[in-house]
Amino acid sequence: MNAAAPDRAYNFAYLDEQTKRMIRRGLLKAVAIPGYQVPFGSREMPLPYGWGTGGIQVTAAIIGLDDTLKVIDQGADDTTNAVSIRRFFARVSDVATTERTDQATIIQTRHRIPEMELREDQIIVYQVPIPEPLRKLEPREAECRKMHAWSEYGVMHVGLYEDIAQWGHIAQTYDYPVMVDERYLMAPSPIPKFDNPKMRRMPALQLFGAGREKRLYAIPPYTEVRSLDFEDHPFEVQRWDEVCGLCGADDSFLDEVILDDRGGHMFVCSDSDHCQRRRAGGHVGPHAAEAPETVA
Amino acid sequence: MTAAWDAESQLLDVDKLNQRFGRIVACRDVTFHLHAGEVLGIVGESGSGKTTLLNCLAGRLPPTSGHIRYAMRGRGLKDIYALSEPERRMLMRTDWGFVTQNPRDALRMGISAGGNVGERLMVNGARHYGQIRAAAHDWLTRVEMDTGRIDDAPATFSGGMQQRLQIAKTLVVKPRLVFMDEPTGGLDVSVQARLLDLLRGLVRDTGVSAVIVTHDLAVARLLADRLMVMKDGEAVEHGLTDQVLDDPHHPYTQLLVSSVLQA
Amino acid sequence: MTTMIRVEDLSKTFVLHLQAGTRIPVLGHLALEVETGECVALHGPSGVGKSTLLRSLYGNYLPDQGRVMVRHRGEMVDLATAEPRQILEIRRETVGYVSQFLRAIPRVPTLEIVGEPARALGLPTDEALARARALLRRLRIPDDLHDLAPATFSGGEQQRVNIARGFAVDYPILLLDEPTASLDAANRDTVLELIGEARDRGAAVVGIFHDRNVRERVADRIFELHEQRPAA
Repeated sequence: MNAAAPDRAYNFAYLDEQTKRMIRRGLLKAVAIPGYQVPFGSREMPLPYGWGTGGIQVTAAIIGLDDTLKVIDQGADDTTNAVSIRRFFARVSDVATTERTDQATIIQTRHRIPEMELREDQIIVYQVPIPEPLRKLEPREAECRKMHAWSEYGVMHVGLYEDIAQWGHIAQTYDYPVMVDERYLMAPSPIPKFDNPKMRRMPALQLFGAGREKRLYAIPPYTEVRSLDFEDHPFEVQRWDEVCGLCGADDSFLDEVILDDRGGHMFVCSDSDHCQRRRAGGHVGPHAAEAPETVA
Repeated sequence: MTAAWDAESQLLDVDKLNQRFGRIVACRDVTFHLHAGEVLGIVGESGSGKTTLLNCLAGRLPPTSGHIRYAMRGRGLKDIYALSEPERRMLMRTDWGFVTQNPRDALRMGISAGGNVGERLMVNGARHYGQIRAAAHDWLTRVEMDTGRIDDAPATFSGGMQQRLQIAKTLVVKPRLVFMDEPTGGLDVSVQARLLDLLRGLVRDTGVSAVIVTHDLAVARLLADRLMVMKDGEAVEHGLTDQVLDDPHHPYTQLLVSSVLQA
Repeated sequence: MTTMIRVEDLSKTFVLHLQAGTRIPVLGHLALEVETGECVALHGPSGVGKSTLLRSLYGNYLPDQGRVMVRHRGEMVDLATAEPRQILEIRRETVGYVSQFLRAIPRVPTLEIVGEPARALGLPTDEALARARALLRRLRIPDDLHDLAPATFSGGEQQRVNIARGFAVDYPILLLDEPTASLDAANRDTVLELIGEARDRGAAVVGIFHDRNVRERVADRIFELHEQRPAA
């Protein structure tokens, strides 16, 4: 639903056509080399770096009048950022928007993958802050490029080793590094590691955009994606002792919600659309009575 | 002895190595062989070209002219600068080691001692945390460090301990050839002494070959089988260590030997 | 009887570049042969070149001219032209050397110093150390000194550690530089026994013995060295 009338002062989807072609060429290259970071001429966007300019540019380059756009931030459609970005596209492209994952053709996301399995006709666009997975261990850019070129990735395990040595387990819980197609090491963006398995052999096309760092990368449909681990410390997803207070889901990513100032709290599905559909389907969670009013 | 004896264990073949920086000649026509198990000491004063020579030998600095051939496993003697960069990098990670004078140049100061020692294992494909940690533990013992500090960062270690850590980190992959640049330089005398003992024992026990650059003749006598004396980029004398030090022929060698202070 | 050492036309002149190139000729066209089971005593006035010759037989001094051949693994090898690693192999297996001064690796315990040559040949550590201990006891070095480094020992004790190290392996060739110099009568006799045993098992021995009695008891023959005329 469009809250604002389309603004005819801007080109369709804000970017000029040549820029869109430049980005699409970059995306084609990224799809051809799964997990490889393709540099691109990131443009100035009407919001600052760190707010999703990369994701917006990718979406702007691929969106068309036939598309239906869903924007989520930490799994929710109704946070400030998600709302802003959705309104932006409504204003500059007149494209239909939705909060329902099953109805979207393009899903732009910050820091989560929807719980529902995506389809071949869908594209998910991730907002990426730091595209270089080696950055913390190797500050030299030239050296990073050589390591990617020659698959010299062993040093990543040093970071994982440190976690186990200090904490007894791998402590990285988001932006957990993965090997794409057993060739390139990739930073999946700060999605929780809970979501990593969803990237593997996903039927939808996955596109990643980093605006400030000026990089694009992609995972084509049905590509192998493997999270790094040790043989004796295999990769594990997060688990909760509770279920979703609203819909009772025991297999989705849960956010903690504080209810009062006396320590009252409950856990709720981070993916708001997923939770809503479950409740619409009759599922009830233990705290359904405290459910806040859904925003229209 | 026959040529067969000579050829079979040859590890390094250096032929007319020259290194120029503009008009400055850092190394002039340096030629020698190194065989498996040998320790070659390169001695000389500052400006002699010895560190430049070491960097050329270790794959870090392509020479202006001349060849450095290394006996690669199963492939015979190969010019190391004719290898592709990834091949050379692989060599530097597996067959070779390099111990720098300042351990802080080689260690990751923010990673634990165990992580530092295990790094080359992980870089070369090790994927079992328990085994990596056990290997790190084992090597910390061999360099006579307190294994209770396996999870401490090197920033909290003394210079001597940092150097021991660097040695462990280098030897953990069992390299065939180790290059050392003043491995005990900059340390207190008693720390130096213990480190030398350690190095001597490790070199003997592992049978590793080494090229050690030092300005300290006592270090050379202790560690090296052979000595090469460098002056102004040239190797002015070359031979068995005790022969070069006890029966020096070249004027510069005689000067060096006579300059050593006896405590 | 096999020739174990053959020196041919050996000449050596020291050139002291730091003293304006002063030339000191020490050895001139020397020839010497030593067979298995023979003990040759080098004899001559002080400074005539006895130590120089002995060191040349060990590869520690390099001649200007001539050949210094030793029988190593059945073949004659010229030390003057051998590669350093060959000389090291010869010193490990074939030629033992007892020098006048103990220049030991500092901080290493006496037992290890004496046990090292045997270990270098591949003998298991405990056997090598057991042999070392036996020798040290024979030379009357008390057990409580075995775990100490010899740097603080007396001259005579250091000399005996040296000797123990030289006899720890049954070298086919033994070079001895004043082995009894700082010893009392009892230890001197022990050393003479050791030399005798070496000869009896066929070792070729070349030694410098200052003491005439020792010389007469041990040597089969004397090799005289003469002063070189200074270079013109």
